[in-house]
Amino acid sequence: MFAGVALLFVATGVFQSWNLSLQILIIGVLSSIMALGVNMQWGYAGLFSTGIMGSVALGGLAVVLVSGQPVPEGWAAGGPRLLIALAFGVLVIAAAVYLYNRLAAGTARRTAMILLLGAGFFAYRAILDPAVTAIEAFNPATAGNIGGLGLPSIVAWPVGALFAAAAAWAIGKVALGLRSDYLAIATLGIAEIILAVMKNEDWLARGVKNIIDLPRPWPVPYEVDLQADPAFVAQAANWGFTSVEASTILVKLLYLAVFGAVLLVLIFFSERALNSPWGRMMRAIRDNEVSSAAMGKNIKSRHLQVFIIGSAVVGLAGAMLTSMEGQLTPSNYTPLRFTFLIWVMVIVGGSGNNWGAVLGGLLLGWLWLIVENAGPVAMGYLTMPLPDGVLKAHLIEAAPHLRLITLGAVLLLVLRFSPKGLLPEK
Amino acid sequence: MGEPFLIGDAMTGGYGASDILHGCTIAVEKGEIAVIVGPNGAGKSTAMKAVFGMLNLRGGSVRLGGEDISKLSPQARVRKGMGFVPQTSNIFTTMTVEENLEMGAFIRTDEIADTMAQVYDLFPILKQKRHQAAGELSGGQRQQVAVGRALMTQPQVLMLDEPTAGVSPIVMDELFDRIIEVARTGISILMVEQNARQALEIADKGYVLVQGANRFTGTGAELLANPDVRRSFLGG
Amino acid sequence: MDILNALVAFLNFVFIPGLAYGSQLALGALALTLVYAVLRFSNFAHGDTMAFGTMWVILITWALQSAGITGGVLPTALIALPFGIAITCAFVLATDRAVYRFYRTQKAAPIILVIVSTGIMFVMNGLTRVIIGPAEQDFADGARMILAPNDFKAWSGLAEGLALKQTTLITVIVAAICVAALFWFLQSTRTGKSMRAYSDNEDLALLSGINPERVVAITWIIATALAVIAGTLYGLDKSYRPFIYFQLLLPMAAAAVVGGLGSPLGAIAGGFIIAFSEVFVTYAWKKIVTYLVSADMAPDRLLQLLSTDYKFAVSFAILILVLLVMPTGIFKGK
Repeated sequence: MFAGVALLFVATGVFQSWNLSLQILIIGVLSSIMALGVNMQWGYAGLFSTGIMGSVALGGLAVVLVSGQPVPEGWAAGGPRLLIALAFGVLVIAAAVYLYNRLAAGTARRTAMILLLGAGFFAYRAILDPAVTAIEAFNPATAGNIGGLGLPSIVAWPVGALFAAAAAWAIGKVALGLRSDYLAIATLGIAEIILAVMKNEDWLARGVKNIIDLPRPWPVPYEVDLQADPAFVAQAANWGFTSVEASTILVKLLYLAVFGAVLLVLIFFSERALNSPWGRMMRAIRDNEVSSAAMGKNIKSRHLQVFIIGSAVVGLAGAMLTSMEGQLTPSNYTPLRFTFLIWVMVIVGGSGNNWGAVLGGLLLGWLWLIVENAGPVAMGYLTMPLPDGVLKAHLIEAAPHLRLITLGAVLLLVLRFSPKGLLPEK
Repeated sequence: MGEPFLIGDAMTGGYGASDILHGCTIAVEKGEIAVIVGPNGAGKSTAMKAVFGMLNLRGGSVRLGGEDISKLSPQARVRKGMGFVPQTSNIFTTMTVEENLEMGAFIRTDEIADTMAQVYDLFPILKQKRHQAAGELSGGQRQQVAVGRALMTQPQVLMLDEPTAGVSPIVMDELFDRIIEVARTGISILMVEQNARQALEIADKGYVLVQGANRFTGTGAELLANPDVRRSFLGG
Repeated sequence: MDILNALVAFLNFVFIPGLAYGSQLALGALALTLVYAVLRFSNFAHGDTMAFGTMWVILITWALQSAGITGGVLPTALIALPFGIAITCAFVLATDRAVYRFYRTQKAAPIILVIVSTGIMFVMNGLTRVIIGPAEQDFADGARMILAPNDFKAWSGLAEGLALKQTTLITVIVAAICVAALFWFLQSTRTGKSMRAYSDNEDLALLSGINPERVVAITWIIATALAVIAGTLYGLDKSYRPFIYFQLLLPMAAAAVVGGLGSPLGAIAGGFIIAFSEVFVTYAWKKIVTYLVSADMAPDRLLQLLSTDYKFAVSFAILILVLLVMPTGIFKGK
């Protein structure tokens, strides 16, 4: 199976370009990591969450906050006040939860909740709004945000995982007790909200104005630096490459090595976890909740646990993706790409099987990008006989969207004829 | 004596790999009441479901009026004149009593008003509550709706799976009275009952099943008089 | 104090938009809830069914326009609507035949059907993008305004204008007709009752001789028709963009759940609850409050609880609240 996928990448290298092939492979590796996380939620525990995109986006946000350029003026303008506001918000919610659990159900509790949350919301906005105005006022053309810590990119990755985990904890607390399809709807909504926050709260990460120039993770160098390095240019020439070619390929290989290493470490631990008593218990709960509950397993807390871990893995991949792209573009996060595509990877690869998730990630990552790249070319051949005109132009222009249809068809075919996926669970 | 109107003859079968019924025979004559009793897990309900075609038979056959209907689906058997009242979920709870009866007559294309009037005559309380949601009725009234629904197809045989499960003794007596009335109109009744003694009292024919096979067969009175039956199944 | 102006502003900016949006959501939620009631899964392809169907309405509208056929003062899309519904129904019935039926006979778990519906979602989304593209389309024609703000100002002498777009009025009227027709169908026709019976108790419906495949097909047809109508009304009233339609899945699902999944009445109530909550929370109340309080107390801030971009948060918050407090919704669903 993996050899077959490797062949696809080699073929892409030979027939298209090695640069493209590597590019797809890197995205494939990142997708595989996300698929691993989703596989933990669905494959191990049977949780259908459609909020994957939210975890990815939170990972990206972590990169901005940790390794983005500091904006001391912005921070000075309103940073502390902002923190106070956020802390206050958390406090209000904590107080509400505390009261909810302490008071007996009834009108008194309902009134108390409404008063507390209502007053809390306005007080929160009263503290927050001036801080936001102050921060966003500073140099809005290039900054207007609180800035990052300026730390190395790699530090941001675990923070990304942490962000996603924290969000998953909050979501899980609320939504995990729900029936499966309610959970799906609820998580879909949360992901949209996370994205809405990132798009609109300019103080946080400049919203849709995007953050650029995020540093690359160690040890990946910049192409321009390589090209400026005489030793490198000489070496490249030695191997018969131009320095541009050689530098882009080298950079990609390094990314691949770093991401690949992370993937391997994750797989190692996933495999250990899956085959440990913990993993067996998870699968037992998935296969029969009623009898597991009867045997004294605390299903809700187990589900919460695996939900958090899975989301953290996805958040990690999200952080890695953003630090590779070097910029955070909230409008790039779409549920089709970052939620449902990952789902297709897991299901096609084989739910419950870690290697299946990796296979699915590589295979569908390839399919997704190759149809985007090759689709218009293929459509060009297909429409050869057609006269030039609006229809032909439209078809060629629309060809990248064919990948959606392709993926849908792949998902439906796999579900129907091989519901356990390409690499079934052992 | 000719063949009974409805007979499940030497039925063998079950839901999964293992058989629950072993050569079990159940029959009912026109206008008579036949009752299946027996201990828990004896396959009483299974035997009735087998007669109605809800499980595959590995052996034996089911014949209605001399015609072999073993291969027909339950829906097709309804069309042949069999009515079935399941033990649970036997009404449409969100629909009114009248709509329940209408749905019972879904396969009919002729006028159903007369049949509905007959059902209301039989169960006057239903006429009173005909615009109420069936789910809001009491247990006994719900059973009446369930029986009424099955009668709407004007069946020749009415099969009842533990019609008195979970209702009070008074309601049970009333239900049995109604069932006797139904039988008097010429409809054969085949029912499974937990309340063996009361059921055998109104039965023309009784079947005592044990482990999916016939143990005792006779008229209701015979079985009630049989000391073995009394000792083992009727509590002395 | 200027209660009249405040009232007009309230009608113009809160009530009328809420009413139109609520009608659109209610129709969409009805479709979602019907599919849930009969087929027992939450259809993730619902938003894309709307997008797909509305696309055909738009294409046919263009074709009609270029053939010189228009609806006069009414939008041409209303003429195109039945054709759009027919095409989409054919497609949806084909997917049922080719995909869903297999899982129905297997009695697959609802979550499997949800995942299957995401597959259908991908396909429909892709088809929509290939055929019409992801961009925004405007297909409204006919008379735009029934009541223009300036005319109203001139007539009433108030400072605030009241606008009534034709599409808003059409939305409300069409929605009312659809709802009335649907309830008549469910309550008074044999087929409608058999649908309710099947939704209530599948096994007993089978025993009663109700043909499940027929019930399922009719459910798909009604749900698809409602979805295409809702999509077309939304597109006429606001604008058409496939991705927005996909996102509408959330408020529609919230509306259906809030009302009680599987309950048609609940879906309508839920649609309006969600719509009005969204408008209430995201509307900047400064203008209305300024009319109501004395000049020196006039607010200097917008008085907007949340920016409009957070409207999803509103549907979501209501959804979660309802699920936690009364999991079966306002009108007991399943």
